[in-house]
Amino acid sequence: MRYLPLTPDDRAQMLGVIGAATIDDLFADVPAAARKSEPFDLPHHAGELEVERELSALAGLNRAAGAGPFFCGAGAYRHHVPATVDHIIQRSEFLTSYTPYQPEIAQGTLQVLFEFQTQVAALTGLDVANASMYDGSTACAEAVMMARRVTRRKRAVLSGGLHPHYAATTQTIAHAEGMDIVRQTVAIDAEAAVIEAIDSETACVVVQTPNVFGVATDVTAIAEAAHAAGALLIVVTTEAVSYGLLKSPGEMGADIAVAEGQSIGNALNFGGPYIGLFTCKEKLVRQMPGRLCGETVDADGRRGFVLTLSTREQHIRRDKATSNICTNSGLCALAFTVHLSLLGETGLRQLAAINHAKAQRLAKALAAIPGVEVLTKRYFNEIAIRLPGNATQMVEALLEDGIVAGVPFSRLDPAAGLDDVLLCAATETTLDEDIDAFAQALSRRIG
Amino acid sequence: MTMQTVGRPTRPEDVQPLDSGFASLTGGRGLLQDEALIFERDGWGKTGVDLPAVDAAADDLGDLVRTSPIGLPGLSEPEAMRHYVRLSQKNHAIDLALYPLGSCTMKHNPRLNEKMARLAGFADLHPMAPLPTIQGALTLMDRLSHWLKTLTGMPAVALSPKAGAHGELCGLLAIRAAHEAKGDPRRRVLVPTSAHGTNPATAAFVGYSVTEIAQTDDGRVDLADLEAKLGPDVAAIMVTNPNTCGLFERDIIEIARLTHAAGAYFYCDGANFNAIVGRVRPGDLGVDAMHINLHKTFSTPHGGGGPGAGPVVLSEALAPFAPAPWVVHGPEGLTLVEETVEEAAQAFGRMSAFHGQMGMFVRAYAYMRSHGADGLRQVAEDAVLNANYIKARLSGVMTPAFPEGPCMHEALFDDSWLEGTGVTTLDFAKAMIDEGFHPMTMYFPLVVHGAMLIEPTETESKQELDRFCEALIALATAAKAGDVDRFKGAPYLAPMRRLDETLAARKPRLTWKPEPGVAPAPLAAE
Repeated sequence: MRYLPLTPDDRAQMLGVIGAATIDDLFADVPAAARKSEPFDLPHHAGELEVERELSALAGLNRAAGAGPFFCGAGAYRHHVPATVDHIIQRSEFLTSYTPYQPEIAQGTLQVLFEFQTQVAALTGLDVANASMYDGSTACAEAVMMARRVTRRKRAVLSGGLHPHYAATTQTIAHAEGMDIVRQTVAIDAEAAVIEAIDSETACVVVQTPNVFGVATDVTAIAEAAHAAGALLIVVTTEAVSYGLLKSPGEMGADIAVAEGQSIGNALNFGGPYIGLFTCKEKLVRQMPGRLCGETVDADGRRGFVLTLSTREQHIRRDKATSNICTNSGLCALAFTVHLSLLGETGLRQLAAINHAKAQRLAKALAAIPGVEVLTKRYFNEIAIRLPGNATQMVEALLEDGIVAGVPFSRLDPAAGLDDVLLCAATETTLDEDIDAFAQALSRRIG
Repeated sequence: MTMQTVGRPTRPEDVQPLDSGFASLTGGRGLLQDEALIFERDGWGKTGVDLPAVDAAADDLGDLVRTSPIGLPGLSEPEAMRHYVRLSQKNHAIDLALYPLGSCTMKHNPRLNEKMARLAGFADLHPMAPLPTIQGALTLMDRLSHWLKTLTGMPAVALSPKAGAHGELCGLLAIRAAHEAKGDPRRRVLVPTSAHGTNPATAAFVGYSVTEIAQTDDGRVDLADLEAKLGPDVAAIMVTNPNTCGLFERDIIEIARLTHAAGAYFYCDGANFNAIVGRVRPGDLGVDAMHINLHKTFSTPHGGGGPGAGPVVLSEALAPFAPAPWVVHGPEGLTLVEETVEEAAQAFGRMSAFHGQMGMFVRAYAYMRSHGADGLRQVAEDAVLNANYIKARLSGVMTPAFPEGPCMHEALFDDSWLEGTGVTTLDFAKAMIDEGFHPMTMYFPLVVHGAMLIEPTETESKQELDRFCEALIALATAAKAGDVDRFKGAPYLAPMRRLDETLAARKPRLTWKPEPGVAPAPLAAE
C-alpha cells in the first residue's frame, strides 16, 4: 500500500521492542463483542490509475460551469482565479501544516493571517477581522450569537432579502440558544422594513447587501435606527468582489460585517470549502468568535505573529467560550489573500467594475425580452428576473439549449411563492456572446 | 485538536538571548529572508492581474458607490510569488518531518487527492446548478456516505458539517431535536474531564449545562461517577473513543448501556477514529452520533488550520432529525432533499449554506478508494503500532502517564521525569524545534500534569520513528544532565525565537496600521 511505509519486517521488529506477540495484543482493550473480524463489504485497495479513472468518470458526469453559458450565483460565484494562487496553496509548507500553535515554526501561516485580517478589515471598513470562519452562512449565525452576548438581548430581526440558507442556518443555531428570531417576509427590495421591527429587546438586525435578489442597499438609516434602540447592525455580503465598487458596511454604520469570501481566490467547489469573513468594531473584539492572529515580538525583540486573545476560545474557556469553533478556513484564507494581493486596490476596483458592467449588459438584454421583468434596480453583478412562467421549468428547458440560466428562487425557498423568479449573475468570466445566447434562447422559449 | 495554554508560560522571560556572537546585517537567516508585510511595500497601485478596460459607468448605483480608498496594496506576479514562497519557508509541515501533535493526526496528504479535487467537474461546479448537471457530484456524495456508514456500522450520515466542532454541533442538535420530539427536553450533558474543549463548548452552545465526569486512575471514564451523574435531566454523554489519553474505553458498551437506560444519547467524539477504522465499528459500541474528521482519519490536508470537514454518522433513533440537505435516489437519478418539509419535516434545520465541504469529500473518497477496506484496517494497525513503539522506546527516559497496557494511536507522557531539572514541558517542546521536529501536543489532556501527547500516525517509517526517538532520548538526557540553557533559550535555530504571547494579548495588534506620523503608501495614479 503506497501510503504505508512499514514493511512486514519492520512490524515484526517493532512488536518485539514493544513486547507484544501480535498486533491483536495492542487492541486487547477493545471488548470482544466489538471486534470486527469478518471483512467489510467494500472494495480492496486500488492504484492511482484506478482511482483516477473512477473519479474522472464521476467528474465527467457533471457539467462544469465553464462548459458553456452559465449564470448561477445566489451566494457562490464563478470568478477567474490566477494560476499563482493555486500554486501557492499547494506549497507543502502551507498545505500540510497544522494550525499555527508553535509560532516559531509557523510564521508563514501567521503572517498570512495577519495580512488577511488587515485586508478583510479594509474591505469591510471595520476595525478588526478574525482569521476566518467556515463560510458566510455560519459567520452570519455566529454574528447573531455575538450580538446576543454583546447586548444581552435575545431577539434578532432578519431582513426579507437575506439568503434563505443563511436565514435557515442562523435560525437553526439561534433556536438552540433560545433566541427569538424574527425573519421578515421574503421581499425583493425592502431592507428598510427591518426598521419597524426593531424594539428595545432587539439584539441585532441582519441585512444583506447586495441581497439574495442582487439588490444593493444603503443601510445607513437602518444602522441609525438600530443604534438608537441599542441594537447592533450586522451586514451580510455573499459576493466579496462587490466591496471593490460599493460602499463598505463600515462606512454605512455596521457594527459587525460578515461575508462569503469564496469569490476571491476560491473555486466554486460545489459549495465548499468556502471562507467566512468576520469583522467588527474594535470595542466588540473580546466577544468575537474564532481565531485571531496578533503581532508581538520574540526573545530577540524581532517582530512576529501569534494566535492571540485565545481566552475567548473553547480550548481555554470550554463551556464558557464565545463559540465552539476550533478550525478556521486556513487554506481558503491563504487563497483569498494571495488573490487579493495580486489584485490590489487597482485590480479589485477594475474587477468589480467589469462585473457590474457585465450585469448591466445582462440586465439590458433580458429586459428587452417581452414577458421578462428585471426586478432588481440597483445591483452589483446579479439580478432577479420575473418570467412569464415557472422558473425551474425554464431552467430545465434552457439546459437543452446548452445554457445554465441561473438559480430559480424557489430552489432556495419554495415557500416564498416566487416560483417565477430567476436569479442570474454575470462575472468577468461571462462572455458577451453568452449573454446574447441566453437572451436569444430565452426569447425563443417564451415566444 | 487544540493547543492548551492553561498553566503554561506564555512570555519568554527566562529565554537567554542568542549569544553566538554572530548576526546578519539584514535580519535574514541564510536562505530565510526577513520578509516585510505586503502593506510595507512601495507602490500600492500595482496589480498582478491583467484585466480588460471597462467602458460602462456605474451611474445606476448613485451614492452606493464607494468613494473612499479601500487601503489595499497590490503586487506584481513575481513579487507575489516570492513573498508567499518566502513566507512558506517559515512553516513546519508534514511533508518536511514528523508532526507528532497528539489528537491532531498529522498524516501524509496524498497528492492524488488534490489532483482529483481540482478536476473541473468537481472544482468548477456550482452548488445550485441544475440537478441533471450535478449527477456525478451527487454520486460521489452517495458513495462516500456508503463508505462512512459501512465503516462505522451506522445507518445514516449527515455530510454537511464543515469541521469536527461543527459536526459535534450537528450531533447535539439532532439529540436535542430527538428529546424535544418526545416532549422531554433535557438540560444537561455529561463530559469527561479529559474531553476536547470543543465538547463542553458545543454543549453550552446548544443550550445545555455541562457536568464533568471523573476519570479513573487508569485513564478511563469512571463508571461509578457516570452512574451517579446520569439522571432524567441528562440529554447526552459526550465521550471520545479512543479517548484523549490515547486509550480505548474498555467499558464503552457498558457506558452506552447506562446512558441509554437513563434515556440519554451517546455522542462519540470521533477525532480518534483513525485508531480503530477497519477494526471496530462505532455502531457496535452503542454510539448514537459521531463526527468523523475527514482531515484526520481520511487524510485531507490541514492547510494551516482548515478547512476541515466533519460528517456525522447517526443511529436509527437520531437519523430522522438529520439536517438538510441529503442525497436521495429518485426516478430520474439522484436528487437532493434541501427543505425541512414533508419527508424531512423532523430535520432539525440546516448547518450551513449548500451541501458541505465537497472538495474534502472528493479527497477523502479518493483516499478511501486508494486504501480500500483492507488498507484502512492496516492504517489503524500501523498507527497503533507506531504509537506503542514510541511509548516503548521512550519509557526508559520519560514517564508514560499510563504505563500499564498498550496505548492506541498516541502515547501520553507526563512531566514527572522532568522534576528537579528546571526544564518544563514547554521548554522541552521548544527544544525539539531546534532538533528539527514539531513538538507534540502539550498540556493536554488536562488530567495529566504537564502532558506530552505524541501521535506519530501510520505514515511514518520505522527509520523516521527511530530518528525521532533518538532525538528525544538525547534531549531527555541533556535535561537530566543539567544542560538547562539548551531548553530555556529554545528555540535558537527556528525562523523566530520564543514569541511573547502575553504581550500579544495585553496589547492586541490585530491589523497592520501605518506608523503614527507616516502617511500610508500612496496609491499610484491610475
